Amino acid sequence: MIHFLVHDSKDDVGVAVVDIESGTQCSGKILSDNKPLTAKATESIPLGHKLALRDFAVGDTVTKYDVVIGKVVQPIKAGQLVHVHNLKTRRW
Amino acid sequence: MGLRKIYAYRRENGRVGIRNHVVILPVDDISNAACEAVAKNIQGTLALPHAYGRLQFGEDLELFFRTMIGTGCNPNVAAVVVIGIEPGWTKRIVDGIATTGKPVSGFSIEGKGDIRTIAEASYRAKEYVQWATELQRTECDFSELYISVKCGESDTTTGLASCPTVGNVIDKHCAAKGTASFGETTELTGGEHIVASKAINDAVRQQFMAIFEDYQNLVMKEKVDDLSESQPTKGNIAGGLTTIEEKALGNIEKLGKKTKFVGCLKPAEAPADKGLWFMDTSSAAAEAVTLWAASGAVVHLFPTGQGNIIGNPIEPVIKLTGNPKTAKSMSEHIDVDVSGILQGNMTLDQAGEALLDMIARTSNGRLTAAEALGHREFVLTKLYRSA
Repeated sequence: MIHFLVHDSKDDVGVAVVDIESGTQCSGKILSDNKPLTAKATESIPLGHKLALRDFAVGDTVTKYDVVIGKVVQPIKAGQLVHVHNLKTRRW
Repeated sequence: MGLRKIYAYRRENGRVGIRNHVVILPVDDISNAACEAVAKNIQGTLALPHAYGRLQFGEDLELFFRTMIGTGCNPNVAAVVVIGIEPGWTKRIVDGIATTGKPVSGFSIEGKGDIRTIAEASYRAKEYVQWATELQRTECDFSELYISVKCGESDTTTGLASCPTVGNVIDKHCAAKGTASFGETTELTGGEHIVASKAINDAVRQQFMAIFEDYQNLVMKEKVDDLSESQPTKGNIAGGLTTIEEKALGNIEKLGKKTKFVGCLKPAEAPADKGLWFMDTSSAAAEAVTLWAASGAVVHLFPTGQGNIIGNPIEPVIKLTGNPKTAKSMSEHIDVDVSGILQGNMTLDQAGEALLDMIARTSNGRLTAAEALGHREFVLTKLYRSA
């Protein structure tokens, strides 16, 4: 079973394609080159939500689809949930 | 060449429609009651009540007329009865629709009252519906379909599965010399450079960027926060989308991998030629689909993640989802389930073929989920306050 997908090899978040429980050792796939990768979820990641693939400091940017999707406003550790509590738009 | 043969209605001007509606069209809000009374008298007709049509002016009035005339001109419409409060604007809409060669008549209420107007219009509507119901579907080429695309209540599965499925269809349809249109101007924010790179030439690219910047300026002028809960919506956020940039990047997967867009359209403006066109639209589903229907689009592809339920009275809306939970929990709204893509049980090409099959079946007469459930959202775009 695939737990998460990554759009591009340069992305630093994956998207859960099943509900992932905290502590799960997850199997993922990168869509741009079809390569497998693994990551450990340290929080619950619901289907459709994002899993951090690296640590982020406040002010870092997050890349998905090989494009920046926003700026980090709370520190994030690899394996944690990335969403509105720690990531904000750079527009508007 | 064509992707598939379909059985559809060839109209007087050569255009291909997949539905055969006799529309009772109010010019203005106060003529809704008469139109609805005619539609109640005469079975098989369709009234399209709406909220506007009085004291509009300038570009907003031009958009209003373009939308009303375009709705009547749509090839999914066989004939039209137009009812307005006064004869001037009623005639303007009748004359616009008459350019297609289809049967159209106008009636105005002032000096006569609702009851006599309803009686006269009902006799005409009965003639039209009996004529229209004898029209036969004939063999047409799939590439003659004008297809519009827009997603709604998106989530991250939209960018992974349902939007790329639409992109696969757009690539195939446009390669076969079909016509298609995308829009949602604010919902390209963060991916506008990618859209710009898909313009066929510099002139189209500059035109696109000017329209995009104009809408950004409107957002910056009117906003009171970062638009969280509006764009992205609360539903988007519940589905895992965090920022407008992330939402936009999923959205533009619908444009396909190879296709360049050939021009930019004003809201409700008809494409002048084949190919993929950008239309300046709101990202609100009912408003946007109403604009595409008025531009002549005959079938709409609507990817959804969390389960938007929109339909349109004259343009069938085909819904697809890549979210396995939505495919189960809202199955009555979903025409094509492409959630198999997430686990690698379905390729994008297979999903695209499944969607092409559903477009052909819908074109041949199958009611979409939204049609069967009675979704007839007809929502006019208003640019600013009336006088």
